Amino acid sequence: MKIIFFNKFYKSFNILSGILIIVSLVFLVFKGLNFGVDFKGGTLIELRTDRSSANITKIRDSFNQMNLGDISVKNFGNETDFVVKFEKQNSNDPKFIEEIKTKLSNSIGMVDFRRVENVGPKVSAELLRSGVIAIALSLAAMLLYIWIRFEWQFSLGAILALFHDVIITLGVFSVFSLEINLSIVAAVLTIVGYSMNDTVVIFDRVRENLRKYSDVKIFELTNISINETLSRTIITSVTTLLALLSIFIFGGEILKGFSLAMILGVIFGTYSSIYIANPVLVSLKVSQRTIVKEDKE
Amino acid sequence: MLYFSKLRVFSVLIFTLIISYFTISNFTKIDDDYFSKNIKLGLDLQGGSYLLLEIDNEPVITQRLQSKVLEFKKFFKDKDIKVRNFVIEDKSIIFDVESSTIEDVKSLLEDDKSEINPYFQQYKSHQFNFENIDTSFKLEFSDYGLVLLKNSSLDQAIEIVRRRVDEVGTNEPNILKRGNDRILVELPGLDDPGRIKSLLGKTANLTFQFISSSSEESFGTEKLSFEDGSSEAIVSKRIVLSGDNLMDAKPTMNNQTNETVVSFSLDRVGAKKFGKATSNGVGKRLAIVLDGKIISAPEVREPIIGGNGQISGNFTFQSATDLALLLRSGALPAPLNIIEERTVGPDLGKDSINAGIMSLIIGFIFVVAFMFYKYRFFGLIANLALISNLFLLVGILTLFEATLTLPGIAGIILTVGMAVDANVLIFERIKEELKNENNSIVAFDSGYTKSRTTILDANITTLIAAVILFFMGSGPIKGFSITLGVGILTTLFSVYFIARLITAYYVIKNKHKEKLI
Repeated sequence: MKIIFFNKFYKSFNILSGILIIVSLVFLVFKGLNFGVDFKGGTLIELRTDRSSANITKIRDSFNQMNLGDISVKNFGNETDFVVKFEKQNSNDPKFIEEIKTKLSNSIGMVDFRRVENVGPKVSAELLRSGVIAIALSLAAMLLYIWIRFEWQFSLGAILALFHDVIITLGVFSVFSLEINLSIVAAVLTIVGYSMNDTVVIFDRVRENLRKYSDVKIFELTNISINETLSRTIITSVTTLLALLSIFIFGGEILKGFSLAMILGVIFGTYSSIYIANPVLVSLKVSQRTIVKEDKE
Repeated sequence: MLYFSKLRVFSVLIFTLIISYFTISNFTKIDDDYFSKNIKLGLDLQGGSYLLLEIDNEPVITQRLQSKVLEFKKFFKDKDIKVRNFVIEDKSIIFDVESSTIEDVKSLLEDDKSEINPYFQQYKSHQFNFENIDTSFKLEFSDYGLVLLKNSSLDQAIEIVRRRVDEVGTNEPNILKRGNDRILVELPGLDDPGRIKSLLGKTANLTFQFISSSSEESFGTEKLSFEDGSSEAIVSKRIVLSGDNLMDAKPTMNNQTNETVVSFSLDRVGAKKFGKATSNGVGKRLAIVLDGKIISAPEVREPIIGGNGQISGNFTFQSATDLALLLRSGALPAPLNIIEERTVGPDLGKDSINAGIMSLIIGFIFVVAFMFYKYRFFGLIANLALISNLFLLVGILTLFEATLTLPGIAGIILTVGMAVDANVLIFERIKEELKNENNSIVAFDSGYTKSRTTILDANITTLIAAVILFFMGSGPIKGFSITLGVGILTTLFSVYFIARLITAYYVIKNKHKEKLI
């Protein structure tokens, strides 16, 4: 079998990743994320019109007259479907939604409200907090697990790869102003799991090879291990991506952001297992001695 | 790793068949609770309304402090201790005592068995914490006292909410406590929660009070406005009768005026009170007050002694029905605020199910085709494991009546994509082993053994993510974590029992064949 020299490009890809992370962080800090109603509070209405004459401008105009704060209108899948989001949330007033519907019907014709989400400021703050805690907790749990299973050099490599994947995925969401809602948090957690899974498979092989070959330098050893596990890495990424693409294309508008985040995560996760996790082992000069100590214990 | 005892084969088979049966029972129509279960669809798939209510406990706290002040006054009077200047300020009770009794009061409040400041024996915390500066005492609810108060008002509120929701007659509502001041109401199939929201948004405190002619009354008076906002009236603070004494209420037609009214009947105590008050008050106007607003204030023409009466007030049939419903179900201990609402229409739910199933089928076909292309015969084994995996996953979700949500369906599809990973790891390992090992049985065996820890590691990481998501997530996201987590378990089962079993049979039969995999 042909050996691919992944290790030749450790440096250049590390520089690339570094740049991507910096760009992502700059966007995250200065542009921020486009939080949906789950995390920002407010009202979301998914509506379907039965007239093709309704367009975004018309809908925005009629919503603007209702004094609902900041408004965003987007096409949602079909031509007749729209998602409208606005700041005001008044779930306590039972007629709030009804009145909007009546006013809207008067100006653009019959509308059907397919989905209404109304999240108060207290709840959205809590959801945001628990989302952040969930992600932090999962990173911590992964760290703990890999720390128990491997030596600290490996843990560091795996965790750096995780941060890399999460930061760049969120960075993409920031650059393109894609909406962050509850399902994106679920996607990020799954990415964390997947990225870890991918790294662990290669690391298991690195450790096995460290025991097997005493005279091979870690620089080559990582490359051997990457090559030995390469077909598995590719096949699993492909099947996972096939499943995710099918959700992205056929799963409806609601799952679009969710599946997109995971597709990005799987791609970055696969890449980082090779180009972040392994170079860390190299620069920490992992050798047979690193694991022999553990074996004696 | 390739040896299976007959008993093991048998139990794997039976287990798989039983669980798969439950998957199939989703698609059959047998009316039997034990043998035909259906997976529960989340609100995002079947359509419906999700409301999160929060109790505003402020009024309850004030009310409780007021009644506590009365208790204190009586308690200290019985003990012959002089206390004065009772004030309720900033959620605490402040009062003064004489300097000679400071220590007595302190010990009465601190005592483990204190009657006036209870709970210590049970909860190791008093109902109130107190501060003492000179002769002044300041008491406020301890954390525990506050929790108990909130819990009891939540218990009452949830009962009333349940009655009101049941009265409206929606399909299998789900009403749950959340923390100590929230109530979650799930209403499947309801696409317009307007009416329920207006019913839950009312405290429904009903009182009958006389309209006062002079502002000097022994009980004091208050100015209240009419429900329709047309005018105001001065009302005596003395409550003739409250909604607690109501036994029944229903909307009826008043034959004389041709008006929709709410007629009510009172319990015995209520009837007596009402009779007495109306006898003394003939000629006066009696205000019917709901949540601080006057619905109407008819003149009492004759004493009402039978315990039956009518409330009039420009009702439509709908509003009379709703008022009757509110009166029948009783008053909430405190106002409820709706802090989160999510409603999905039934046709969007249907669209979501269709899209979910569509992407599941297509994703599945792609993965299966890819595996067959990569591994041929062993691809078939992996695919068979994948199919049984799906049956097991859906079967277990059905058996435990888990709720399937749209992200949950995504979790199943994702499981399809990731489940082949374990078999791929094994097959790749076997390929490597075959390079240095001529005996294919040995090679297969060590392929399985050597890949085992990696597979466990890889799956545990995903499982960790799923478990955290389960505890931190809510609603639809919880559904995702359930399918993802259960999916990992069924994946391991299908790989290590079903795929390995078939592999074992095949390898043992064809051990001399070249290029097995």
